[in-house]
Amino acid sequence: MSTPITADPGQPPVVPLTDDDAASADVARSQRQILWGRLKRDKVALVSLGLIGVLVLVAILAPLLVQVLGLPSPDFQDGQAVNEGGEPLGPNSINPFGVDQLGRDVASRVIYGARVSLSVALLSTAISVTLGTLVGVLAGYFRGWVDAIVSRLLDVLLAFPILMLGIGLASACSIGSGCLGGLITPGVPVVVIIIAIAGFPFIARIVRGQVLSLREEEFVLAARSIGASHTRIMLRHLVPNLVAPIIVYSTVLVPQNILFEASLSFLGVGVQDPTSSWGQMLGDASKNTDQWWFMLFPGLALLLTVLAFNLLGDGLQDALNPRKRR
Amino acid sequence: MTRLLAPVVRLLARLLAPVAALWDRFARTLPGRVVVRVFGPTVRRLVSPTARYIYRRLVWMVFLLLVVSMLAFLIFYALPSGDPAAQRAGKGADQAQIDRVKHTLFLDRPIYEQYFHYIKQIVLHFDFGFSYDTNADVAHAITSRLPATISLAAGAAVIWLIVGVLIGILSALRPRSFFDRLVMGGALLGISAPVYWLALVALALFSQSYGVIHLIPDTGAYRPLTEDPGAWFTSLIVPWCILALSFAAIYARLMRANLLEVLDQDYLRTAEAKGLSRRRVVVRHGVRSAITPIVTAFGLDLGILLGGAVLTESVFNIPGIGRLSYDAIVASNLPVIQGTVLFAAFFIIAANILVDIVYALIDPRVRLA
Repeated sequence: MSTPITADPGQPPVVPLTDDDAASADVARSQRQILWGRLKRDKVALVSLGLIGVLVLVAILAPLLVQVLGLPSPDFQDGQAVNEGGEPLGPNSINPFGVDQLGRDVASRVIYGARVSLSVALLSTAISVTLGTLVGVLAGYFRGWVDAIVSRLLDVLLAFPILMLGIGLASACSIGSGCLGGLITPGVPVVVIIIAIAGFPFIARIVRGQVLSLREEEFVLAARSIGASHTRIMLRHLVPNLVAPIIVYSTVLVPQNILFEASLSFLGVGVQDPTSSWGQMLGDASKNTDQWWFMLFPGLALLLTVLAFNLLGDGLQDALNPRKRR
Repeated sequence: MTRLLAPVVRLLARLLAPVAALWDRFARTLPGRVVVRVFGPTVRRLVSPTARYIYRRLVWMVFLLLVVSMLAFLIFYALPSGDPAAQRAGKGADQAQIDRVKHTLFLDRPIYEQYFHYIKQIVLHFDFGFSYDTNADVAHAITSRLPATISLAAGAAVIWLIVGVLIGILSALRPRSFFDRLVMGGALLGISAPVYWLALVALALFSQSYGVIHLIPDTGAYRPLTEDPGAWFTSLIVPWCILALSFAAIYARLMRANLLEVLDQDYLRTAEAKGLSRRRVVVRHGVRSAITPIVTAFGLDLGILLGGAVLTESVFNIPGIGRLSYDAIVASNLPVIQGTVLFAAFFIIAANILVDIVYALIDPRVRLA
C-alpha cells in the first residue's frame, strides 16, 4: 500500500487505494480521477455508460429521431392501420413495431417513452438524494432530539406499504382534476414526488449512519477548533466525505425508480395517456393479449434501460470498493 | 423513544420504591423464600434483557401501527379520488340522499372524530368497518383473500430461497468461472426485468388460449387449495416461478457476495489447515455465517409480500390482498383501503421485529439496546 494521496490532505481518503493505483501514486490525483481510472478499466461498466448516453440522447432528441426514421408521431391515431378483422396491425413497413389499440405507432411511442422513464427516474433520485442527505446529515450531526424525531419518522415511512401509498397518492392526484383542491395536478410531477418520497428514507438512514461515525473523526474536531460553524462543518467537511456512499446508493436507486414509475403506470395510476410511458404501454398489453408487439417492445426497452443502470451501478461499486473480490 | 420516556420511567421507579421495599421484606420470610424459589426463574426469564427487548419492540409495533393508520387516514381522507358518499348513494342520487349516506358513514364528522371512532371499533370489537361497494365486513374480506396471497407468497418463497441460495453458493465457489458469469448475468437480467413483463412474456409463450405452445392455464384460473388442489397448483405454478425469479436473482447475488467475503476470512483458512474437508469448511463455516443477511432479507421480503403482491396478483388476476387493496384505492373505498394498509403495515412491522428478535437470539454479538 502506498500512502493515500487525495485532493485535500486534511481529510482521510474515502476511496481506498489498491496496488493497481500505486503505480501512479506519486502523482497527486483527486478521488474523482482515481475513480474514473478504475472505471475505465471495467469494460462492462463502460459499455453500460455508453448505452445510458445513447438512451439519454434518444430521450432528448426523440422528436428528431422519429422524424429521421420516418415514423408517425406518437399521438397520431391511424384509422387505416387495422387488418380485415378490425384488429390493430402488427409490425409492417410503415410501423416497424406495429400499432396499438388506438392505431398509434408503437415504435415512436417507445422512443418517446424514454423521456418519461429517464426524466422521472433521474429527477426523483435527485430529490431523494438531496432530501435524504439533508435529513441524514442533520440527524447524524446534531444527534439528540433531532435524531430521535428523524429516526422515528423514518421508521414510520419504512413501515408504510410504499406501493399502496404510491397507488393511493397517484390515483387521487393523477386522475381527474388533481388533489388537495387543485394544489397538486395530475401528470409527471406527481409521479416524481411519490417516487422521491418512497426512496429518501433509505438514503437518509445510510447517510445518518455514516455521519454518526464521521463526526467523531479528528478532522471534524480540527475544523471545530479553528472555529468553523456547524453549517460549514456539515457542508465543507462532512458532505464531501459522503459522496462515495451516496453515489453507490443513487446508482441503486435509479433503476429501482425506473421500475417504480413503470409499475405505477402499468397499474394505470402513474403517467397518464396521451403521454407515452413504457409501463403504461405494458398495462395496455395486459388487456390486449392477442397482440404480442404491445408488450414486447416497451418491455425490452424497459429491460435494457434498467439493465444498463444496474451494470453501471455494479461497476461503480467495484470502483469505489476495489478490495472486495468479485 | 427511550430518551423521551426516561423521565417517565424514573418517576415510575420512585413511585414504586415503597412496593419494592415491601417485596424485599416479604422475600426474606419463609413463605417469601418459597415463592422466590418457585417463581424466581420464571420472573427472571420474564425480566431478562432479551424479554425486555421483545416487550419494547412489541410496544413500538403497536405505536407504529397507530401512526401508520393515522397517516393512511390523513392521506386517503385528504386526497380521495372521488366522493365516497356519492358513490355509495349510487347514480342519480340527490343531494339529500348523499348527505344522509354521509351521516350514516360518519363522513360529516371532523376527521379526528372519524379516526377515533375507527380505532375504537377495532380495539373494542375488532371491527374494521364495511366495504362501501359490497357491504362486506372488511376484516372478513381481508381474511377471505388471505389464502390466495399466502399461497402465492409461500410457494414463490420456497422456490426463490432454494434456487437463489444454491446458485449463490455455487457461484461463489468458482468465481469468474463460466458458470458464475452465466448465472450472474442471468441474475442481473432477473433484477432488471419487471415482474409483470415477465408474466406477459410467459403468458404470450405458453398460455393455453393464445400462447405459442398451449401449456399453462390462463389468468384468473386460481382456485382455493381446499376446493380443488390440482387447479390450485397448476394455476399458481407460473406465478410462483415468475415472482420467485426476481427474488432468486437478488438472493443469488447477495449470497455470492457474502460467501466470497466470508471465504476470504482467516478462520476459514484455519479450518482448512486443520484438515477439514473443503465441503465441511464451506458448509459449516462459510455458508453458515454468510447466510445471516439472507435470513434478514427473507423475513422482510416475505412480510412485504404477505401484505399483498399487487403487481403479480393483478397481472395473473389472482384474488389476493394486493388486488383487494388496489381495487379499493382506485374506487376510494376508504374502509377497505384502511384495512388493507393496516394489514400490510402489520406484516411489514411484524417481519421487522421477528427478524430483530431472531437475530438477537441467534447472534450473541447483537447488543440488546
